[in-house]
Amino acid sequence: MEQEGTLSSPSQYIEHHLSFNTQGAEASFWTIHIDTLVMSVILGLITMGLIWMVAKKATAGVPSKGQAFVELLFNFIDDQVKNIFHGDRHAFIAPAAMTVFVWVLVMNAMDFLPVDIMASIYSLLGIHTWRSVPTSDVNTTFALALAVWFLMIYFGIRVKGLRGWLHELYTAPFGTKIWVWPFNFLFNLIEYVSKPLSHSLRLFGNMYAGEVIFLLLGLWAATGVSGLVFGAILGAGWSIFHILIVVLQAFIFMMLTVVYLAMAHESH
Amino acid sequence: MNINFTLIAQAIAFAILIWFTVKFVWPPLLGAIEKRQKEIADGLAAAQEGKASLEVAEKKSTQSLSEAKQKAAGIISQAEKRASEILEDAKNQAKEEGDRIILGAKAEIDQEVNRAKESLRLQVSSLAIAGAEKILLKEIDKKAHSDMLNKLAKEL
Repeated sequence: MEQEGTLSSPSQYIEHHLSFNTQGAEASFWTIHIDTLVMSVILGLITMGLIWMVAKKATAGVPSKGQAFVELLFNFIDDQVKNIFHGDRHAFIAPAAMTVFVWVLVMNAMDFLPVDIMASIYSLLGIHTWRSVPTSDVNTTFALALAVWFLMIYFGIRVKGLRGWLHELYTAPFGTKIWVWPFNFLFNLIEYVSKPLSHSLRLFGNMYAGEVIFLLLGLWAATGVSGLVFGAILGAGWSIFHILIVVLQAFIFMMLTVVYLAMAHESH
Repeated sequence: MNINFTLIAQAIAFAILIWFTVKFVWPPLLGAIEKRQKEIADGLAAAQEGKASLEVAEKKSTQSLSEAKQKAAGIISQAEKRASEILEDAKNQAKEEGDRIILGAKAEIDQEVNRAKESLRLQVSSLAIAGAEKILLKEIDKKAHSDMLNKLAKEL
């Protein structure tokens, strides 16, 4: 709404809000989204740092309120992982799941910040394009999904050996007969490609759509009194619904991470 | 939607965060929770044990109580028996004593009676002699008839 004065058309308003604070040559691979990086790293440091500070002082006796909260989170994630993965989950998968859940959750939660108020605060600091939600940048979700993808391959090879992993690539799921090898390989190829795509795009799509709808409601609110009323009511409604989406998407992202990593440990 | 170097930077940040969590966040939490779980399990086991030993002690105490009761009842019955025995003894003794006293008294009475008879006999004989003397006056020789009179007195 504050932007109405400086930005002339709705498309410009939306474009402005959806453009990244970039560094480096435009439209080249070496471009960096400063806003995405700064927001995600700060959020990661704050949340994991807070949890770390609680964990450092963790006592087996009566827990403090902070520790009780962190333990709630710990047990929630530990239970989920325990149901899916039947190996030594404490060595890597469970803590990784905690990182994914907490980090994605707080990055998603940036969607609750009202876009225009944040934009005016940023412009006071002299920043004119700044996106607050790192998970509505496909680079973030892809980075996470690809990291999980590489971990998947790493665990697959470590558990089954390189030969076993390659063998499975050609013999699962249809069988060991030589004439089904191409089909098996094609099947696995599709699986290996679709996993990171669906993993990352699901999160990205949800968060991006959420942001766009907030922007559209903001636009409506700028059209007059009735627009303001309906925009405010629907904006509130969408915010409330978004609480569910933010948590649910973080949960789904974590569960898929655990499922993929657990699948990599299983041999067919 | 443009993929660029941000992706690699994010992946590195992600890797560092995971490493941090694996190394520093998860282990102390896991340790604290597992230790507490163990402590609670131990506590519950100890409570169970205490309950069991309490049950055993209760059983033992009721057993020893009933034993003591039995013993006490035995002692009481024995004492009662002893008391009645003593009573019986005392009664018997008293009866014997009484009998003996009665016997002694009877013997004394007999003696007394005999003595009285003796003295009476003597008195009667002397009285008879005196009477006969008075009747016969000098006709009778004291010496000649005293043997006969003594014989008579003995026959009385």
